[in-house]
Amino acid sequence: MITIIDYGSGNLRSISNGFSKINVKSNVTKDPEKISGAEYLVLPGVGAFGQIMNNIEPYKKLIIEHISEDKPFLGVCLGLQALLSSSEETPGVKGLDIFKGKVKKLPIENGLKIPHMGWNRLDMTLCESKKSCSIIDGIDQDYFYFVHSYYASPEDEEVISGTTEYGFDVTAVLHQNNVFATQFHPEKSGVPGLKMLKNFVSMQL
Amino acid sequence: MLTKRIIPCLDCDLQVPEGRVVKGVEFKQIKYAGNPVELANKYYEEGADEIVLLDITASREKRATMGNVVKDVTENVFIPICIGGGIRKVDDYIDMLKAGADKCSTNTAAIHNPDLINEASEVVGTQACVVGIDAKRRYVDNPKESDDKNIIETKNGYCWFDTSIYGGTEFTGIDAIDWAQECQKRGAGEILLTSMDRDGTKDGYDLELTKAINDSVDIPVIASGGVGKPEHIFEAFDIADASAALAASIFHFNEYPIPEVKEYLKEKNINVRL
Repeated sequence: MITIIDYGSGNLRSISNGFSKINVKSNVTKDPEKISGAEYLVLPGVGAFGQIMNNIEPYKKLIIEHISEDKPFLGVCLGLQALLSSSEETPGVKGLDIFKGKVKKLPIENGLKIPHMGWNRLDMTLCESKKSCSIIDGIDQDYFYFVHSYYASPEDEEVISGTTEYGFDVTAVLHQNNVFATQFHPEKSGVPGLKMLKNFVSMQL
Repeated sequence: MLTKRIIPCLDCDLQVPEGRVVKGVEFKQIKYAGNPVELANKYYEEGADEIVLLDITASREKRATMGNVVKDVTENVFIPICIGGGIRKVDDYIDMLKAGADKCSTNTAAIHNPDLINEASEVVGTQACVVGIDAKRRYVDNPKESDDKNIIETKNGYCWFDTSIYGGTEFTGIDAIDWAQECQKRGAGEILLTSMDRDGTKDGYDLELTKAINDSVDIPVIASGGVGKPEHIFEAFDIADASAALAASIFHFNEYPIPEVKEYLKEKNINVRL
């Protein structure tokens, strides 16, 4: 059973539809008790950093506990950025601090559009060279759907498992132990995205 | 590298329970292109990068019907979905996003109440706020006499672009370049730009319009209106550097299936997702 945290962010239906499509039951909930008992926990996210940190305030401790118990965790888009220490988007607001480092604004250079919006190729060579990375099983340089104006810049670059090229190598996947986070939206990335959700639920408890 | 997006647009008549996709042919007859859920599934399977569902009935009563169409579509379609037509207040954005949509496009409502863009982008995020701009050329004899407008030199003479509302039936006199820049400032994440001169003609996108708007904003611009063949899509990317190209009839009636269009673009060195 997958538990998706409902903290009032927009489109939660797509991520639960994604799990249904691969025949996995998911539960979208606001209930702290259910979140506390979760096996696989998903933190989705759209909007702004300050907003997500404010909205997940009641669940912060539970998320940190879940991760410290080494249970599978997936953060999506803003749900990835929330794992960092802070963000340039909302200065002064603390992140979950799972990964030390900052979320920074994408630079406007060479006529590149902001937000970085659309399908971009995922480069997981970092993942392959450093460690086993079950989340990419069967996924080879596929395209994923990105939409963001800020990107994660963790202090320890070892936690970056995937990047995508947008003027420079932008953090696309963070991974440490059983924590996975994607800057792109797997639930909006067609077949490779569904494959990634499947890999996530295939992780050992 | 980010790929250029191909976006089929489904014009939905929601007067029947499940909705039906329609397309005006040469401005007069209406042709039925199929069921929105079935067509969305087909385009997803064929490799569409995103789908726009446009409520052409655009009345408040039909919003629940559109919500149901979105719910049905997103059960099996795992690419971004944008909803247009009938989006008038922040609650409309929220309803559509809850149903499974990713973005909403407003046009007339944003002109009448520009604060809607600020309010919506604060609540649902910039990425979900698309502003539709329908623009028409206004030619001028002497560019110096229209110094309150952004005058563009085109092959056919000097012109500025007038922003229209209510599907091109009313004109506001608002310069489309100024309006696009204001939308970006207010928090729009993308511009869906339709040429009222080209819409329905199959003569190709208005490249001069697309380039002028694209050069004046930092947010992505979707080219729309006038596509008749794959070459037109190539030009929108190659000449006007649009981020995405929207098309309807060339896909609906199988004139040019999506995979064929993408193969053609790839051969012409346009970076597309295949």
